[in-house]
Amino acid sequence: MFSQVNIQNSPTTVADQVGHTPLLNLRKIAAAHGVPSTVALYAKAEWFNPSGSVKDRPALSIILAAERSGQLQPGMTLLDSTSGNMGIAYAMLGAARGYQVKLTIPANASPERIAILKAYGAELILTDPLEGSDGAIVKARQIAAADPTVFYANQYDNPANWQAHYHGTAIEIWEQTRAQITHFTTGLGTSGTFVGTTRRLKQLNSEIVCISSQPDTPFHGLEGWKHMASAMTPAIYDEAAGDGNIDVRTEDAYALARELARTEGVFTGISGAGSVLGALAVARDLHHGVVVTLLPDNGFKYLSERFWQEG
Amino acid sequence: MTTIRIPTPLRTYTDGQTTVNVTGSSVTAVLNDLTQQYPALKNHLFDGDELRSFVNVYVNKEDIRALNGAATAVSEEDALMIVPSIAGGA
Repeated sequence: MFSQVNIQNSPTTVADQVGHTPLLNLRKIAAAHGVPSTVALYAKAEWFNPSGSVKDRPALSIILAAERSGQLQPGMTLLDSTSGNMGIAYAMLGAARGYQVKLTIPANASPERIAILKAYGAELILTDPLEGSDGAIVKARQIAAADPTVFYANQYDNPANWQAHYHGTAIEIWEQTRAQITHFTTGLGTSGTFVGTTRRLKQLNSEIVCISSQPDTPFHGLEGWKHMASAMTPAIYDEAAGDGNIDVRTEDAYALARELARTEGVFTGISGAGSVLGALAVARDLHHGVVVTLLPDNGFKYLSERFWQEG
Repeated sequence: MTTIRIPTPLRTYTDGQTTVNVTGSSVTAVLNDLTQQYPALKNHLFDGDELRSFVNVYVNKEDIRALNGAATAVSEEDALMIVPSIAGGA
């Protein structure tokens, strides 16, 4: 009785809605932190992606690449390790495209993340919280080695991760700033966002300066970020891709997350606040420029953290 | 003997030890003993005299913030854990 309707100009699947996120002007936070008025500070609001984080980009890119190569076929199980957001992206896209999703995740992942993963129907294998995300990586490798029928997506080593940002994020930033971007900075986790975006931006204009941010110490509270010197280094990480690195202290990111919510109306997660800290450090030293950073997700998945009530 | 399990990122500061034996009758006392044995840990765990806000300490799988905080009593049979936040991400 009802036939398919041809909807014009509207995304019709969740995958269609990945990317094309807004670029927010952080004018108030920039002014409050001593950035000259001749320097603009912008941030990609990645929680506008359908599962709520930047990870929809690499998850979709990895799935599409595996479908093209035949590694991932209907009815198969996608396996990976995750600290939360990548798993949520896989779980959403897997449900939409007909794949089982099996994830290794440290048992101390926030309860909000675990609840979301279960809502999408993902199978969770909780790993030792003391081993962190590296423990989840080791467990996923063991499962992949023992079960050749699964597709091991391997976000830390899969080039389709950084390619999502090379083909997507970087182009969006270039177009949204009308080619005026002078500096790009964001935090390192798998490093896919930084490496992919940086490679493309530098091809578009070799003068663009790209700076990564990392936790200042191996033991930190910057969920989603890696201290590269002490953690298992992702194969896709290319230290030579950028122009430098800024160390971020956890407590400073917590304070800025609160400030962003209260003064700018931007309710970002911890890694987003850390990225803005890095961007502020870059922007303060400029006389003119357009500095762009990226907010991987919003604060809803961190509401159980105590720091929102502090300060 | 009370034990504290050390998370991977902090083992650099405990000569690679995954578990450290400690003495003391409260969480504060055993953490003080831990940082006396391995002084390089102190700045990673404490901001002044306070535990840093992202440092989670568990006594027998219970978060001390749900118990009696740093004053939580500890016995020789208890096993403590210092749990980090999660890295990975973007």
